[in-house]
Amino acid sequence: MRATRGTRPDELRDGLYGRLSLVPWLYPGEAGSARAPKSRMSAIVQFENVGLRYGLDSETLSDVSFSLASGGFYFLTGASGAGKTSLLKLLYLAQRPSRGVIRLFGEDVVTLPRKRLPGFRRRIGVVFQDFRLVPHLSVYDNIALPLRVAGMEEADIDAPVSEMLNWVGLGDRGQARPATLSGGEQQRVAIARAVIGRPEILVADEPTGNVDADMARRLLTLFEALNRLGTTIVVATHDLPLIAQVSSAQMMKLDRGRLSDPTGSLRYPPKPQAAG
Amino acid sequence: MAPPGRIADRRAAAAARHRLLPEGRVAGPMPWIIAIMMFLTILSAAAALGLGAAVQAMGADLAGRATVQIVEANAQQRDRLSAHVAQALRKVGYVSAVKPIAAATLADQIRPWLGQDAASGDLPIPALIDIELTPGQTDAKVGRLRRQLSAVSPKIRIEPHAAFLAPLAGLLSALGWLAAGIVLLMTLATGAVVVLAARAAHDSHRGTIDVLHLMGATDVQIARLFQRRIGLDALFGGALGFTVALLVIVLLGTRLLAAGSELLSAIHLPWAGWAILAAIPVACVALATLAARWTVLRSLGRLL
Repeated sequence: MRATRGTRPDELRDGLYGRLSLVPWLYPGEAGSARAPKSRMSAIVQFENVGLRYGLDSETLSDVSFSLASGGFYFLTGASGAGKTSLLKLLYLAQRPSRGVIRLFGEDVVTLPRKRLPGFRRRIGVVFQDFRLVPHLSVYDNIALPLRVAGMEEADIDAPVSEMLNWVGLGDRGQARPATLSGGEQQRVAIARAVIGRPEILVADEPTGNVDADMARRLLTLFEALNRLGTTIVVATHDLPLIAQVSSAQMMKLDRGRLSDPTGSLRYPPKPQAAG
Repeated sequence: MAPPGRIADRRAAAAARHRLLPEGRVAGPMPWIIAIMMFLTILSAAAALGLGAAVQAMGADLAGRATVQIVEANAQQRDRLSAHVAQALRKVGYVSAVKPIAAATLADQIRPWLGQDAASGDLPIPALIDIELTPGQTDAKVGRLRRQLSAVSPKIRIEPHAAFLAPLAGLLSALGWLAAGIVLLMTLATGAVVVLAARAAHDSHRGTIDVLHLMGATDVQIARLFQRRIGLDALFGGALGFTVALLVIVLLGTRLLAAGSELLSAIHLPWAGWAILAAIPVACVALATLAARWTVLRSLGRLL
């Protein structure tokens, strides 16, 4: 695994408490700790000197380099406007970077032919900040959407959708339209939709922003359960108490478009291994 | 054959797919616009085909036909000359039929304009002999006959029917081409309407498309939703426009026949014409479906 921007791992580790330009998995001293996540594999996401610019504006993201280990649990935090959503957009392939290299599942997705991108997107579940539920579809159909897009047989769809509906506490609202749900209920539908396809990476943009503490805890439990099954979780949030609840998680902080200090919350990054 | 469970599953899957875009068939102006365009297209096509058939029939009827006129004021000399010419014409190898027009028939034909005096015999009406020539080289044969008949008498003239009906045939032909041009323009307009409708539908469902796109739906998967919707609109509009146009054509046909005019009754639709008319709505649905697919694929191609 290469060091970000040519920086040696030991420099980066020093940076954790010093300069704090970080790449979460590049802290060999912490790797192998008892609290380090188990069964970590190679990098599933790699950003190398990624920059993103909208039009002629200044860069929204600059020189972003990091790598996420397969099976890791990551929080992305930062002030409003720091570029969290932009970074997530790059991650779930809604946007191409202006520069730099992004590797997902070991492949450079920046230069990947467009027709191959759907296959990658199906491996990524997304919880959008604004939910993006399809308004004319029932809750059931919204949750079933990724399975149908993936071409799953209709007979095989009912069981997982019903189970997911029950899990997010909406078992009796399957036929309701999103507009009739509260904000918290809509968010749960969005989360159910994102996770039902058992994605390899789950990207969530402020997933607990509209739910009460109890539901936030339950959602986090679901994310952890998915994580234990091997799904890499990336959650953008302002909610520091939420971050504190996931002991195995690591944190990345964005500051004005650049990755910066993890504010000391970066815990036990996974052991770095050679990519690919 | 697929087992019933499999068929039910496919139906359920199709129904689920179709729900991805809001249902609401025959909602919005699209089917009605297509119905109106189909109505006009079918009428134009019927006019083009009918006039084309009329021009063709007229050409076939008139080609090789001519009328020999004996313009002689003296009735006795005229009758004598007419009989002589008819006899001479029957001996010409490339003249296949010779039919002198009876004076009474001529009088009947001009009576509407000249009244009862037409048959009095006081009017110097030319004697007419209709002839048919063997097929091919009509102009050359007419020219040869003209020279031969002029040698018999300068009062004998020959008029090929095609010559004096040529302006009418030209007019009908022009009208036919005009109708064909209108069909072409209507086809282009239909395509443009479908493209605009597909773009509007694409824009109004942008949110749904973005979600599907980010879930990994392929462009073709998304385009299929739109092409089906617009295809159904085109099917409804096409069927409606075709049916109404058909009723109008049948009604016009009966009115043409009722007019009793030999010229107007030449305007008819051959069986091939009916088949072409029936194929137009099918082609419209195919055109609409393809245009919708192309439009949506192009729009999606601009996304990442």
